[in-house]
Formats: sequence, structure tokens, C-alpha cells
Amino acid sequence: MRNLLPVLTIVATLIALWYAAAVALNAQWARDQAARAGETLTMSALVADTWSQDKPKLPAPHQVVTEIWNTTGAMVLEGRGFSKRSLFYHSWITFSATALGFLLGTALGIALAIGIVYNRTMDMSVMPWVIASQTIPILAIAPMIIVVLNAVGISGLLPKAMISMYLSFFPVVVGMVKGLRSPTPMQLDQMRTWNASANQTFWRLRLPSSMPYLFTSLKVGMAASLVGAIVGELPTGAVAGLGARLLAGSYYGQTIQIWSALIMAATLAAVLVGLIGLIQRITLKRMGMA
Amino acid sequence: MISARNLSLTFQTGDGPVHALKDVRLEVQKGDFVSFIGPSGCGKTTFLRCMADLEHPTGGSLAVNGISPEEARKSRAYGYVFQAAGLYPWRTIGGNIRLPLEIMGYGREDQDVRVKRVLELVDLAGFERKYPWQLSGGMQQRASIARALAFDADLLLMDEPFGALDEIVRDHLNEQLLHLWERTNKTICFVTHSIPEAVYLSTKIVVMSPRPGRITDVIESTLPRHRPLDIRETPEFLEIAHRVREGLRAGHGDAV
Repeated sequence: MRNLLPVLTIVATLIALWYAAAVALNAQWARDQAARAGETLTMSALVADTWSQDKPKLPAPHQVVTEIWNTTGAMVLEGRGFSKRSLFYHSWITFSATALGFLLGTALGIALAIGIVYNRTMDMSVMPWVIASQTIPILAIAPMIIVVLNAVGISGLLPKAMISMYLSFFPVVVGMVKGLRSPTPMQLDQMRTWNASANQTFWRLRLPSSMPYLFTSLKVGMAASLVGAIVGELPTGAVAGLGARLLAGSYYGQTIQIWSALIMAATLAAVLVGLIGLIQRITLKRMGMA
Repeated sequence: MISARNLSLTFQTGDGPVHALKDVRLEVQKGDFVSFIGPSGCGKTTFLRCMADLEHPTGGSLAVNGISPEEARKSRAYGYVFQAAGLYPWRTIGGNIRLPLEIMGYGREDQDVRVKRVLELVDLAGFERKYPWQLSGGMQQRASIARALAFDADLLLMDEPFGALDEIVRDHLNEQLLHLWERTNKTICFVTHSIPEAVYLSTKIVVMSPRPGRITDVIESTLPRHRPLDIRETPEFLEIAHRVREGLRAGHGDAV
């Protein structure tokens, strides 16, 4: 509870700044409209107008909240919680691509890390490629992945998941290489004195030792996966998903819709990363490593 | 049990070769308690690591149990206790002791029996289900000794196992270690910095000196096998301690 007051203070400040920015950014439009109608706006009328425009440059917080409510809670109350206009529906589309991409990326990342730690050739050769792969702008490569996979008849969930995987395997490789190498020389010598096989050393020492590193990587990887899924939805012709909502919103100047999709995406990311954090706390506590 | 003839180990470094061990000769009989004492860099730990096949000598010959150190390691002929307890935090004390047994493929019931037995040997009965962080440093080190005793190895190699512990705990553990040695009939090679510890524990004290790492004196202890802690006040004990100190001084030139 002690943390509540500072947190609320910050939130209140941000919202106040947001309202002020909405006035500043939307005022020009309001004045132009009034001038065209041959009126002059009082200060209070100006402010009221900047907070209630249809297509504002920056929508006010309550407009975004109303839009989110209308496309989530209100639709659930009407029994249309999963219709194509619902943000829940779009979030689910994005989430399913994120989750699949995250799982694929984690598997790929762990597999590469094991190869790098155990195989000298891979140790010398793979890392530069892994790093190079991340220097390519994802926005450039995403449409090509979608197009190429579409050409071979793969469309829908998988191409988006591939883009998620492409972004999320990187932190897992880097973290797991460090984690699998985290046992001390003494611990490795000890395994040697017992004449332990490489397999036994991996399962009983290296893998458990790498857990703190793995979870840290998974958090970064999860956030990257979501970004990947949203980017993957942009070139699919704006069918469904939060990315499609963002794109459609920008086509039609629906800033309120863009902002509500943005906030939904941020919330989704926070929930997913928080979930991993929770699993991390429970696991590491049980392992005596927290 | 251990036989070293003209054993040498030279590390090649950027500043030229470093003679960690030079012409080391030593015979250790079965049932001996041998301490290796000397200043840092005298090669005592390196010698122990050679016995354990963790370092490879560059000259001379070394036999452990009549076979090469590598064969001895592969037949799991020795237990090695490191300076730090090195218990896995995610395993209970029992689980940690079970670890080498699992690796060596002992049966489940056999594991249970052995874990119970060695925990009693080191006075930790009842701590099987505790986690390492619930134990003091001294208790953790005892658990790590128990882990080295759990499998059938006649030889125990100990590298400054009590170096990080305070004097009172160390005294207590020394006493327990002697008990354990009497009861189990193991051969123990023990690396230490402490003269009283070496004299109190050993049947044979090997004094070493650095640059190049070599043995300067081997002292056969005349103390009885059974030793209460206050034997350290007797003239005989002080006599041996004096000889060790002389040996260290001689090997060190004017440095001390």
C-alpha cells in the first residue's frame, strides 16, 4: 500500500499532461472550424471541443477509454464479445501468433545455445549470424516472409508466428549461452571427478544453473514476440489482429481506434511478461535460487 | 596407494614456462593421512589435482591405486572435496549427496541407505530434507564431505576444505575428520595452509615450497593414531610443528 500513493501520483500527472497535450494539439482544428463558421470560441468551449473531436490529432484519455469499453466490455454485455469488431477478438488473433512464435523462438534459441556451448565449430560460427539476423529491420523482412510463405501455400497464423520467432529467439540464444556456461570451473571439475557424462553434466548441472538467465531472456523474448506478431499483421491486408486494427485506423484517420489498439497491445504485453515473471518467481524460489 | 616419481608439471605462459611441480617424489601408503603444506604457489593443490586427473603432468610418473590417475578417475577411485562446499541450491542435502550416486548408477534403495549412513558419519542425521541455504558454512562443508564419502572410494582428496571457516568451527571439523578417518580406514590427502591443522591431522606431513614447486621435507608424525584436541599442547606436538615451520622457512629462503 505504501507504493500506491507515488504510483497514483505519477499516473495522475501523466493523465493531466495527456489532457493538456490534447488541448494543444487539437486546438488548431477547433479554431479553424469556428473561423469557418464565423464564430469565436471562448476558452471553455475550445477546451471542450479539443476533448471531444471525432478525429483528433491526439484523442483525450476518456475518449480512448470509452472506445476500449465499447469494443470490449460493452460487447461482452451484448453477448457479442467475440465478434469481429471486438478488441478481444483482435487481441486473441495477435496473442495466438505471439504465443506460437514465442514457443518456436524459445525452442530455436535453446537449441542454438546448446549447439554453441557444446560444439566448437558452432561456437565460432553461429553467433555472428545470430547478431546479423537482428540488424536487419524487421519491417523490411516481414512482408517478404509473408509473401514467400503465402506463395508456398502457408498463410494465416504460421507466417506471423515465424516473424515473432525471428525476433524472440535472439534474447534466448544470448541468455542461454551465458546461462549454460554459468557453472563455475569448480562445479565442472567436480562433475569430472565423478566421471559424469556430457549428458549427465547437462541435465544435472548446466541446465538447472541456466534457469535465472532463461527467465530473463523469456521476458525480453515475449515482448519481442508481440512486436513481431503486430508487425506481421500489417502487411496481411488488415484482416484481423491488433496490427490490422492499427493499420485500418491509420487508413481512415481513426486516431481513437489506433490509440485503443495500442493500449490493448501494451496491456497484453504487460500481462504476458508479468505471467513469465510470476512463473520465474515460483520456479526460482523452489530451486533456492531467488 | 599413491606413488609419484620425478613428477613435473610446467605451464607455458606468456612470460615463459612456470614450473608448478618439479621432480616430486612421494609414496603414500594405504590408510595414511597425508597433509600437504606450503605457501601459495608451491604446487600443493596442483599435485592434488594431478592425482585427481584434473591436471596433466608434463614429466615423470604418477600412479593412484597402482593405475594411472585417468584410469583411477574413470573407475571412481577417489572422492574430491573442494575448497567451497559447492552444493546445488536446487537440491536438498540428501539430494546433493545422492548426485554422485545417481551419476554412478547406484540403485535407488542403495542410494537411500548410503545417504543415511554418510549423513550419520558427518553428524548431519536429520538434515536430509533441508536445503543448503538452511545450513551454516561448516555444516555445508560437512555435507560436501559426506557427498565424497557416499560412494566406494578408498581415497579422499581434500583441497583446503576448511580454509574458509572460522577457527572454532575448523577445530571441531578437524576432530570429526579424524574420527571419520579412524572409522572408515580411508587414505586421505589433505591440502592446508595451517601448521597446527597439518600436525594435528596427519600421519605424514609433506612440506612444499614454490618456484619451482617441490617437496622440501616429509615428516612422519610420531603422534598416536587417536588424538584428542588437547594433544596440541603437548611438547611432542610442538616439536613436530617446529619442524614443519623450519621446513617452510628453509624452502622459502629469506622471504619469511
